Amino acid sequence: MAILEVKQLTKIFGQDPKRALAMLNQGASKAEILKETKMTVGVNKAEFAIEKGEIFVIMGLSGSGKSTLLRMLNRLIEPTAGQILFNGTDVVKMTPAQLRQYRRKNVGMVFQKFALFRHRTVLENVEYGLEVQGMEKKKRQELARKALQLVGLEGWEHKRPDELSGGMQQRVGLARGLANDPDILLMDEAFSALDPLIRKDMQHELLELQSKMKKTIVFITHDLDEALRIGDRIALMKDGVIVQIGTPEEILTKPADPYVQRFVEDVDMSKVLTAAHIMYKAETIAPERGPRVALQLMRDSEVSTLYVVDKEKRLLGLVTADAASRALKENLSLEEVMERNVPRVKPDAYLNEFFELMAETRLPVAVVDDELKLRGVIIKGAVLSALAGNTIPEAGGA
Amino acid sequence: MNIAKIPLGDWVERFEDWLTGHFGPLFDVIRLIIQGIVDAFSFVLMSVPALALIVLIAALAYWIGKWKLALFALIGLLLIQNLGLWEPSMQSLALVLTASLISIVFGVPIGILCARSNGVRNVVTPILDFMQTMPAFVYLLPAVSFFSLGVVPGVIASIIFAIPPTIRLTNLGIRQVPADLAEAADAFGSTPSQKLFKLQLPLAMPSIMAGINQTIMLALSMVVISSMIGAQGVGAYVYRAVTQAKTGVGFEAGIAIVIMAILLDRLTQHAFKKKS
Repeated sequence: MAILEVKQLTKIFGQDPKRALAMLNQGASKAEILKETKMTVGVNKAEFAIEKGEIFVIMGLSGSGKSTLLRMLNRLIEPTAGQILFNGTDVVKMTPAQLRQYRRKNVGMVFQKFALFRHRTVLENVEYGLEVQGMEKKKRQELARKALQLVGLEGWEHKRPDELSGGMQQRVGLARGLANDPDILLMDEAFSALDPLIRKDMQHELLELQSKMKKTIVFITHDLDEALRIGDRIALMKDGVIVQIGTPEEILTKPADPYVQRFVEDVDMSKVLTAAHIMYKAETIAPERGPRVALQLMRDSEVSTLYVVDKEKRLLGLVTADAASRALKENLSLEEVMERNVPRVKPDAYLNEFFELMAETRLPVAVVDDELKLRGVIIKGAVLSALAGNTIPEAGGA
Repeated sequence: MNIAKIPLGDWVERFEDWLTGHFGPLFDVIRLIIQGIVDAFSFVLMSVPALALIVLIAALAYWIGKWKLALFALIGLLLIQNLGLWEPSMQSLALVLTASLISIVFGVPIGILCARSNGVRNVVTPILDFMQTMPAFVYLLPAVSFFSLGVVPGVIASIIFAIPPTIRLTNLGIRQVPADLAEAADAFGSTPSQKLFKLQLPLAMPSIMAGINQTIMLALSMVVISSMIGAQGVGAYVYRAVTQAKTGVGFEAGIAIVIMAILLDRLTQHAFKKKS
């Protein structure tokens, strides 16, 4: 079951939200409501379910409503309508006391500008969430130290936040969000205020942490690269509406509408697509077959090379049409004429990692996994067409 | 066309009579409490021999400030003692400390309420404007009719004049706490009072302290006016000098007030800085 389920969640800013809501329900657009009532539709009937342990990225430009949507999840902003079901309980209906418990135990939050308490030390900042629960000092300090260790800040406990660099400050923010071991971590443009190199490091570390902790993370960003890098799934927002929800690949390869299309146009596909995305099915042949069979196969499938694989589909070598003809003339076996030094990449290699290899070799590149099994083949045309943003072949392979 | 004068003055006087008639006992209680506090301060300040107290204050100045402030305290207070103004100065100080203490006790909570609710602030702000701009002489009269002559109406008048900065700067300090910090406190499940004591008040402290410092200064500036309704102290020397045209006496007493003002200002400022 989904840990967090959002249904018809709507936020309207203004004097008389009920009136705007009625208009919205009758199908009026955000622009029409703004024109007629001067009220702003922040979030328009958002609907999604987040699975336990996933990183769910909400992405959109500024003013798209992503920040409002995130803040409704712990009711820093009160929803106008809709439901937020946390493990089946409606957060919107919680009493103030229940809401406090939910915030104390179930959801942590990390802020864009860190929002560290400058009058408290690093350790006291991380303790804060536990302190307001009334946990005794010794125990909460122990947990806070553990959280600081997790983000690599041991030894900095007694510094003030302003003595730390931006990247370190956000680690404190992250540790504070994690200290009470919440089920869900809300991250509001958490890395946007950091400079690009530090930002990449933090993204990397977040993924590393996540592989250990398996938290459910809701991450807001306006940066598509960031969304693609860390998101298990991405929800794209525009004008308060979720336009598309999908895996990074789905967003890139099957944009739901022209808006998403335009959004993903500028993406450097070579850093997003992997070998597995663009490979074709490889034509294979067993080593004990003769050259005549090989030539026939090539003719039938209109290719000029065949991969020689054993029974477990492990790659042995490659036979070209020339080599097969030579074998036929000189009465040799395929194994004797095949090229053993086949250019190869792993399925999860990004395009930009094997451009050079593609340029150097006149042979197609084999996609081989860790068990040496042949998964597919990459031809130059497919790389070019993927970079041009054309449709990508259905992932083939053996 | 002749419009009759609005009898505003009559109304005020009738209201004053009504208050005295119905709340006499309450005013008596307030008078006793304030008188008690003033007496306590006076007792402490005057039971210690002057020279001992001077050394003590100089030592305090050295501890929280630096040697320059200590030297100023020593020379300044010795001068007051030498001019024969020690006792009246301590009487005035007791009045100032009482007025400041009561201003803080009421001013900070009122400031907090203003910060929490725009409604409260919108009501309080014009009242504060009124209190600060209405000439002090005007509310001396009702103060006397409620509390009779002496130091108590002086304390009341000083509070009315001196409490606004504490309220205003407490309100301002809390409102200036960055929104994302307040949001963070909420996001981790703070109760409103946890948010107040763990976040808002600590961050507003420099502003609140500046307000308290201003309150003390304004209370001190009221000692001469208070003396007109019978408050003892160095203010009375100034008042008498003015009525008898004795420049020399007036100047001596004035210097004593200036020395106390500078000392109180620097001592409180340094104490607040030292704390943060």
